Amino acid sequence: MRLRGSPFWIGAAATVVLAAILSLSGVNEYFFFAGYVVLQFVVLATAWNILAGYAGYVNFGTAAFFGLGAYTSVVLILSLGAPLLVQIAAAAAVTGLLGFGTGLLTLRLRGIFFSIATVAIIYIAETLMMNWRYVGGATGLQFLRPLPMVPFETYTRMLFFVMAVLAVIAVSIARYVESSWIGRGLRALRDTEEAAECNGVPTLRLKLFACTVSGALMGMAGAPLPMYLSFLEPASSFSLNYSVVALAGAIIGGTSHWVGPAIGAILLASVQQIVTVTISSEINVLVVGVLLVVFVVAAPEGIIGLVKKLRRPRAAAGNPS
Amino acid sequence: MIFSFQLLFEAIVFGILLGCFYAAVSIGLSVAFGLLDVPHVAHPAVLIFAAYCAYLLGSYGWDPILAGLALMPLFFLFGVVMYRFYYETFEKRGTEAAVRGLAFFFGIAFIIEVGLILAFGVDQRMVEADYIGKSLTFGEMRVPLRMLLAFGVALALTAALTLYLSKTFTGRAIKAVAQDEPALRLMGANPVRIKQWAFGIATAVTALAGALLIVVGPVEPMLDRVYIGRTFCVVVLAGLGSMTGTLAAGLILGISESIVLMHFGASWAPAVAYALLLVVLGIRPQGLFGR
Amino acid sequence: MMKSFKRRWFLVAGVLAIAIGVSVPVAQAQQPIKIGHSMSLTGGLAGGGKAALIALQMWVEDVNAKGGLLGRKVELITYDDQSSPANTPGIYTKLLDVDKVDLLIGPYATVPTAAIMPLVKERGLLLMGNFGFQSNAKIQHDMWFNNGSWNDAASWSENFFLAARELNVKTVAFLAADQEYAQALAGGAKAIAANMGLKTVYDQVYPPTTVDFSTIIRAIRAAQPDVVYVMSYPNDSVGIVRSVNEIGVGSSVKLIGGGMVGLQFAPVMESLGSMLNGWVNYHFYVPEKTMEFPGVKAFLERYSKRAIEAKVDPLGFYLPLFDYAIGQMIEQAVTATKSLDHKVLAKYLHENEMKTIVGGIRYAKDGERAKARVIMIQFRGVADKNIDQFRQPGKQVIVAPAEYKSGAVVPFDQARK
Repeated sequence: MRLRGSPFWIGAAATVVLAAILSLSGVNEYFFFAGYVVLQFVVLATAWNILAGYAGYVNFGTAAFFGLGAYTSVVLILSLGAPLLVQIAAAAAVTGLLGFGTGLLTLRLRGIFFSIATVAIIYIAETLMMNWRYVGGATGLQFLRPLPMVPFETYTRMLFFVMAVLAVIAVSIARYVESSWIGRGLRALRDTEEAAECNGVPTLRLKLFACTVSGALMGMAGAPLPMYLSFLEPASSFSLNYSVVALAGAIIGGTSHWVGPAIGAILLASVQQIVTVTISSEINVLVVGVLLVVFVVAAPEGIIGLVKKLRRPRAAAGNPS
Repeated sequence: MIFSFQLLFEAIVFGILLGCFYAAVSIGLSVAFGLLDVPHVAHPAVLIFAAYCAYLLGSYGWDPILAGLALMPLFFLFGVVMYRFYYETFEKRGTEAAVRGLAFFFGIAFIIEVGLILAFGVDQRMVEADYIGKSLTFGEMRVPLRMLLAFGVALALTAALTLYLSKTFTGRAIKAVAQDEPALRLMGANPVRIKQWAFGIATAVTALAGALLIVVGPVEPMLDRVYIGRTFCVVVLAGLGSMTGTLAAGLILGISESIVLMHFGASWAPAVAYALLLVVLGIRPQGLFGR
Repeated sequence: MMKSFKRRWFLVAGVLAIAIGVSVPVAQAQQPIKIGHSMSLTGGLAGGGKAALIALQMWVEDVNAKGGLLGRKVELITYDDQSSPANTPGIYTKLLDVDKVDLLIGPYATVPTAAIMPLVKERGLLLMGNFGFQSNAKIQHDMWFNNGSWNDAASWSENFFLAARELNVKTVAFLAADQEYAQALAGGAKAIAANMGLKTVYDQVYPPTTVDFSTIIRAIRAAQPDVVYVMSYPNDSVGIVRSVNEIGVGSSVKLIGGGMVGLQFAPVMESLGSMLNGWVNYHFYVPEKTMEFPGVKAFLERYSKRAIEAKVDPLGFYLPLFDYAIGQMIEQAVTATKSLDHKVLAKYLHENEMKTIVGGIRYAKDGERAKARVIMIQFRGVADKNIDQFRQPGKQVIVAPAEYKSGAVVPFDQARK
């Protein structure tokens, strides 16, 4: 597919500007509290899709990368009192490294075995944090937030804006990977890894690249979490929910194109937040399960697939599209 | 850290009892995933669901083990239906659907978990029975009766299933379908019906294991997340498709957990199953007795 | 075409718009005074949480029957936090920004409360604590007021060790859950034990999700301590009592218990029955002759009727008394200052004695009691499956402090015969 640069970049810039305007406006505070979570899942779903959608390796360990990103921030806050940008950068570095390690796993493990191994990573990371008293162990830690940077009224609004920027970055990276030679190579190895190898595709380097980038983005999504909640404990930071919602968001949106995870995550996470406020927080987990099953069974290509199907009849009838 | 041979011996005994129990809860997955290649990550959720069903029957005065036996036929049907749906929707359509099959079972697991929370709340549930709370004394050691009972039932269950798979016609057909499906078809057996039957048996076995679960300790809806690690660890360590392997792997896991709990503290025990899983996947992915 | 894409975008945008619209504030008519809180209606703490809610609802009805506060009706907004600290920040943010409550009561117990302390401090809000132990120790918020009758970490444990003195003990074992309450308690307890010259022979921290304690109990037995100090939450408390009952903790143990939450909930007491005999544990009110305060019996009778209807803890000795007291404190402060301003109310609470059914409460600077009143009780002669036996004195004998003592402590093995 040809890359038309300008519409995308205009859209990206417009999104950032819109986020800035919203966060400086008088909109109800809770909107930012909930909106942060929605944007966080845009990053997570997009990051997940770089490995799963393009390369075909299903990573269930999203929660591990996310949680470790949060804990990296904690360590930096406790030891250096580091500012948010440094926390995000450090989280990306640490989880990128873990991503690299996960990529090495792919040498030995394929298919469901790789996925099971990634689940194991979550619980091992959680147990390590539970036993590390410095970051609070199973008890967790409380944080007093510093004052937000000048134009923002509250810390939550500032984090909302930051997460919007991270979402734009994540989507841009996904788009670049998809349309470049990297994406082509990943799609080749997704179809048949052996054949790709024989054709000279550097499969190991591509897998390592995808794993590292995917992991780093997930860690970045987790980095602002301690400050968002002003409290952090291992059980909820490494919750399997993060893995499943990221996966569900990407599948519901459609894994073949970079816009899929973004749409799916926005839709899914928004419905979750609305249900939490209006009905109960329990039903919102049910929403994820049901939507995931429905889409996986009935609409395997996600919303993108549904849109394509709706377009086809018109094209077939000879209408100008 | 206190070290003594008495403690170590007790840890091993407890580990053996626990390990046999782990084998029983995993054997259903051994059949479903090991033999039939179904990515059944909803297996622990079905286990917890069965435990809650036993709890429900328990509130009408049913003994948990009897409840488990009574649930087996119902869960057999449940398993047959689940497999049929999975087969029609995913397995028939080839490898691209493998990822979606995995996602499908995760979705089912979540739905079961939330269903249990909505029906029973997040509180822990226990059953009462004559043998829960008592223990047998062997010298210095007191062994809880509930663990001995779970051990006994688990052993019987594993033995029964192993015999079934190796001695009966259908059992051998199940093993055959795992090894060479086209050959089986050529011999006139319908592989889909056999796999359906096998999955039903695996689910029925899980029903009894769920009843054992609530005898061994209290249950809560989120317990399935803990058991994902334990069951997959046992199945992978055993080697896909090996029933005796499942017993051996269960024992290894039970004893390891018990020793870690005793000597390194309770906070490391949850990770044992996952660490063992990673080690096996890294060093010998085909497991102990794998094909 | 792009049409169906746009349709999807409009749908999402519309849904978001509704969400924003829901939060637009309604015109201020004769609005009720909204008091918001989360309560553990499910989860490990539910045994106490459900009872506490009934007491709070009773207060709301009582105050509305008298004409409300400042001439306005009082409305209580409750959400279930499932006893989890992961849920409380979201719930309290919702209470503040969506429900727009006027006053806040804290969640029940230390662990869920810890998660929202930074939030209330950052926003400068008054928080009426609900049995949060040492919740303000790190945050040092000047608008925190706890209803519990302890003050510092040592005040909770000192009477346990006072009872230990009577039994001539030399060694101690500590067992604590890895969570906020138990860890805060452990610090104070270990200091007292060290001062007494006790030798620590076992010290274990367990993850809050532990269900099987047999390995831990076996290890404790091998260490042969005289005293075992347990700091646990309801699910673990039950698991530990059952485990000791099942495999025994060894003949060396003379005193066991101390900081176990949950052994005060009537459903737990009923289901454990005779397994409780001999255990010594903290409490704040039991119907012994030494603790007959005015107004308590009348409240408990009224409470009991409602609790039995709601199929909840029928005794009400633990949380209900103190949650009704929270309501009374709010009533007194708001009526006296004629204000809902958090700073004004906080000033009043700091400077005055509050009159409640659990006696007079005066606050120290950190929002905890100026004078602690934590009693240690020993379960004696408890029979199985009988909840009403606890209404009589003699089942929960007060063994410390001397001020309220109703019986001498008996060694663990003896009390279990």
